[in-house]
Amino acid sequence: MTDVVATNQTILVVGGGISGMTAAIEAAECGKDVVLLEKNPSVGGRVSQLYKYFPKMCYPSCGMEINLRRLKAQKRLRVITMAEVTKIGGGPGDYTATVKIAPRYVNENCTACGECAAAVETEFDDEFNYGLSKRNAAYLPFNMAYPQRYVLDPRVIGTDDAEKAKAACKYDAIDLDMQEETLQIKAGAVVWATGWKPYDAGKIQPYGYDRFQNVITSVEFERMMDPFGPTGGKLVRPSDGKEAKDVAFIQCAGSRDKNHLAHCSRICCMASLKQSTYLREKFGDDGKATVYYIDIRAIDRFEDFYTKVKADGNVRFVKSKVANITQEKETGNPVLHGVDTEGYERYSNPHDLAVLAIGMEPSVPKGAFPMEVVVNDSGFIEPDEANGGIFAAGSASDALDVNRSVQHATASALRAIQVVNRVAGAEG
Amino acid sequence: MADEIKIGVYICKGCGLGERLDAGELETIATREGKAAVCKQHDFLCSADGVATIQKDIDDEGVNRVAIAACSRRAKTDAFAFDGVALARANLREGVIWVRPDTDEARETTQEMAADYVRMACAELKHAKPPAPSEEQGRNTHLLVVGGGVTGMTAALEASKAGYPVTIVEKTGQLGGVAGQLWKRIPDRAPYKEPADTGAAALAAAVEADSNITVHLNSTVTRTSGAPGRFSADIATESGATSTENFGAIIQTSGFKPYDANQLPELGYGKSPDVVSQLELEALARAAEGGPIKRPSDGKEVKSVAFVQCAGQRSQKEGHLPYCSGHCCLTSIKQAMYFKDQNPAVETTILFDDLRTPGAGGEDFYRSGQDKGVTFSKGEVSEVVAGNGALEVKFKDLILDEDIALSADLVVLATGMVPNSGVNIEAEQGSVEVPVESILNLDYRQGADVPQLVHGFTDSHFICFPYETRRTGIYTAGPVRRPMDMAQAMEDAAGAALKAIQAAENAALGRGAHPRSGDLSFPSFRKEGCTQCKRCTVECPFGAINEDEQRYPLFNESRCRRCGTCMGACPVRVISFENYSVDTVGGQIKNIDIPEEFDEKPRILVLACENDAYPALDMAAMNRVEYSAFARVIPVRCLGSVNTIWVTDALNSGYDGVILMGCQKGEDYQCHFVKGSEIAQVRMSKVDDTLQSLSLEPERVATYEVAITDLHRAPRLINEMAETVEKIGMSPFKF
Repeated sequence: MTDVVATNQTILVVGGGISGMTAAIEAAECGKDVVLLEKNPSVGGRVSQLYKYFPKMCYPSCGMEINLRRLKAQKRLRVITMAEVTKIGGGPGDYTATVKIAPRYVNENCTACGECAAAVETEFDDEFNYGLSKRNAAYLPFNMAYPQRYVLDPRVIGTDDAEKAKAACKYDAIDLDMQEETLQIKAGAVVWATGWKPYDAGKIQPYGYDRFQNVITSVEFERMMDPFGPTGGKLVRPSDGKEAKDVAFIQCAGSRDKNHLAHCSRICCMASLKQSTYLREKFGDDGKATVYYIDIRAIDRFEDFYTKVKADGNVRFVKSKVANITQEKETGNPVLHGVDTEGYERYSNPHDLAVLAIGMEPSVPKGAFPMEVVVNDSGFIEPDEANGGIFAAGSASDALDVNRSVQHATASALRAIQVVNRVAGAEG
Repeated sequence: MADEIKIGVYICKGCGLGERLDAGELETIATREGKAAVCKQHDFLCSADGVATIQKDIDDEGVNRVAIAACSRRAKTDAFAFDGVALARANLREGVIWVRPDTDEARETTQEMAADYVRMACAELKHAKPPAPSEEQGRNTHLLVVGGGVTGMTAALEASKAGYPVTIVEKTGQLGGVAGQLWKRIPDRAPYKEPADTGAAALAAAVEADSNITVHLNSTVTRTSGAPGRFSADIATESGATSTENFGAIIQTSGFKPYDANQLPELGYGKSPDVVSQLELEALARAAEGGPIKRPSDGKEVKSVAFVQCAGQRSQKEGHLPYCSGHCCLTSIKQAMYFKDQNPAVETTILFDDLRTPGAGGEDFYRSGQDKGVTFSKGEVSEVVAGNGALEVKFKDLILDEDIALSADLVVLATGMVPNSGVNIEAEQGSVEVPVESILNLDYRQGADVPQLVHGFTDSHFICFPYETRRTGIYTAGPVRRPMDMAQAMEDAAGAALKAIQAAENAALGRGAHPRSGDLSFPSFRKEGCTQCKRCTVECPFGAINEDEQRYPLFNESRCRRCGTCMGACPVRVISFENYSVDTVGGQIKNIDIPEEFDEKPRILVLACENDAYPALDMAAMNRVEYSAFARVIPVRCLGSVNTIWVTDALNSGYDGVILMGCQKGEDYQCHFVKGSEIAQVRMSKVDDTLQSLSLEPERVATYEVAITDLHRAPRLINEMAETVEKIGMSPFKF
């Protein structure tokens, strides 16, 4: 049974991505008691699925390492994974969260030695790679997963593989009888940091994401660059495994669009500019990128990065909202059709690969919050007084880049501290 | 008795360590060579039983130095956390058995690797003490906010709401800053359709009513000295009165000034009074008070207005700003609405290159502008000509591919923001033509203001850490940090307020700031040995060291980030930390077993930065990537902390190769301590002289930039050194 000590001077952080981790760490480093809940088996969130950050082209795991070190050093910060909030009742200074903890089937004895994975054979789609590859039923989500503890996929419980995993473990870490638990956790304030999910590209009918193999999303393209990713770090076309040297990036795919997401996700222009540099990284002068855009949003000092990419002769910009994509039968090449509005020329451009710069939508849909919260039309949580002691952090509040998410999460930590300090003051 | 060292070594036999290694031999080494008073083996050391065994020895046997010979220091941190003792982690799992093949031939060298790590852990513990807080400062949580605009007021109010007292110093005679000059603001709440009240007056009223907040108007900070927890600031008012107050931390929210549009004569500014900047348009709107906005030249009602976006911005031309100011597209839409809301018949045209209205609110506001009939044209404006009674805006319409002359009663130039960042302390001597007033007047040897990152903005270079300040305890927020709109500025203010509170609270406890958050160790120096060479003072990436009257370095513990660059800089090695010193690392280097030349078992020292290189090697091991059995890896806090004596000692002791692995340096530096990696590379370039004097080949010492994702490359670099050693032969310095 999971033991949690929490009072109404505790700050509950829901979501262990970069925003949740930041809010939790910053509050703990101010001396507050924090409980950090994460739905997945590991903290890290979507940034751990990125290869590089714009504009510095640096690695997400670098900042993650520091954050994990800070997290591990904080005795007042308790991390609970496999946890989802099903209800939050109460008011500022006195919340109770009902938390459902799904069984991991692996307990704290786990030393991450990997023996269970060696013994188990069943594989499933790897969520970390957006289903582009398979993973073992006994797995460590990724190299820097924290807790550094394996997971047993619930779909093998009751099968031979489950028994094999148990037999392979020398530390009695596999617990096939682990049950779902429900906890009540008290808190004075809640930081809601559930982040985003990529918009379902299959809904954009004209782009053929669900019909053409060589039309993929930006998040899938990003996974390909990871040497530990689904293609071992190679940029290849899903249809035939050939190198994808001539890549089209379609901006605002499903965004700024009343039929899909009305809002702009802010990061996709910079993300495509970043990804255009991957082509040069992999293929040198043979790599070519074409960015089909409405407005290039390289805002504030990100403009420097845009200037740098524009200077690369191998990156072309076409001001056009791509009308539709078809597929060349023999080659599998996606062909983009539209009008280049600077000059009004129609085009039908074949490329090796089409990457849809897909938008971010809040990961919790509008009606699905386990508490009363003020949400705008796009589903993001508004900073409304009616939310009481519940504060959104990061992309749950608006489409934000990493730097702004961390900024926002730091601010949210302060708001939560204001509430618990009032409680502390009232309680003497 | 309290200082008597009692070492306990605990050897784990789990995770294959028991099968792959001879734990008995390791125990012998720990007790005989490592001088461990206690040495125990355990089948599953991280289990509750294993941990209890260690804790019992600490509680009952007086063990105060604990070596865990098991997995990496990055694993099982919850289990192996013991209060009041110095801890060393001999990395036998990720550092030995996971990077060596499980074969009979490899067994001997694998055991030697493990044996050396046990020796090293004991040697490290001999010189390490658990750190105690400095007590250099008490608890002062009074915050100073420099700048009373929207960012400063928000920072003060947010800190006050958390229970902290704040003082705001504002240069002008009133609070409000630029926001106070606006007619309305871009909406920051759904439905994001209409311009909203700026809120500046309400903020100012809230500040004035708040008993936690003291405001000094018409004042500047003429001197700042001290450190987090004990800053001292001289606040001078225009009238001449000065007061000195003490603060725990500082938030600089000095904002921005508008770009000087006189640098855009081709756009008509200065030539016609009807060509105005965005800020001047706000003044016209305020004067109109909701009625029709009138032209400056003749007072006629404006019937047509053109907005020129990116005026003097996003441009590489001399005198222009190369960046985008982030808010101006939304601001122009807001201003177009000033006209449309009053009279929908007024023609409003926004001439843009890329229309930047990000986020949920941005797009909604843009659509609202379109709904109100604002015209948007993508074009390049070349000239604004003042004619008879009207202005002519000449532009190339990029959609229609036509040259167009648009007639307008009024032209608004969306010019950029120039940060009020004070003195550029890193500008080359003589390159600054117009002297700039300092904002903070820091009494720091390294300069009067916080360092600027790019284009005059004081931003952090780290994506993950927007508040990573190079001046500990001083946080900049709002447009001085990077171009931003009001909504982001207010958020930034709250974030900076949190960091300032955190800095003050932790300074009281002697705890270091990011990235070594919570670190109690801090540098101490042996004055008698100091030659006053100033290298530590100059090289400290955070300007933590001042000079005293006798020109000795004056360390300020709470300004220190504990990187150890000072320690690496000191040629006479008088600087050390309680648990990290020339001896804790030097002892490790000198206490391994160096086989004789004929054994053909070289020794390669790897000094790996603990931030990127060491985790890369750990994760390589998790993936069973192998590297040379002859490598001995020592994690260091930063390559900047590497003292060249370690390299000299290694070579003198008979090591055949030395590799330094640190984080990326240069323009896109990754080094978590800004300059450490760069400084190390400079120092190592001078090591060639030492090598020559020892008649050693320069290839024996190599310094690399290693990323945390270099899981294959980092081991390869080690293997390449092993190959190099094989080629050039063993070191002649073995005994």
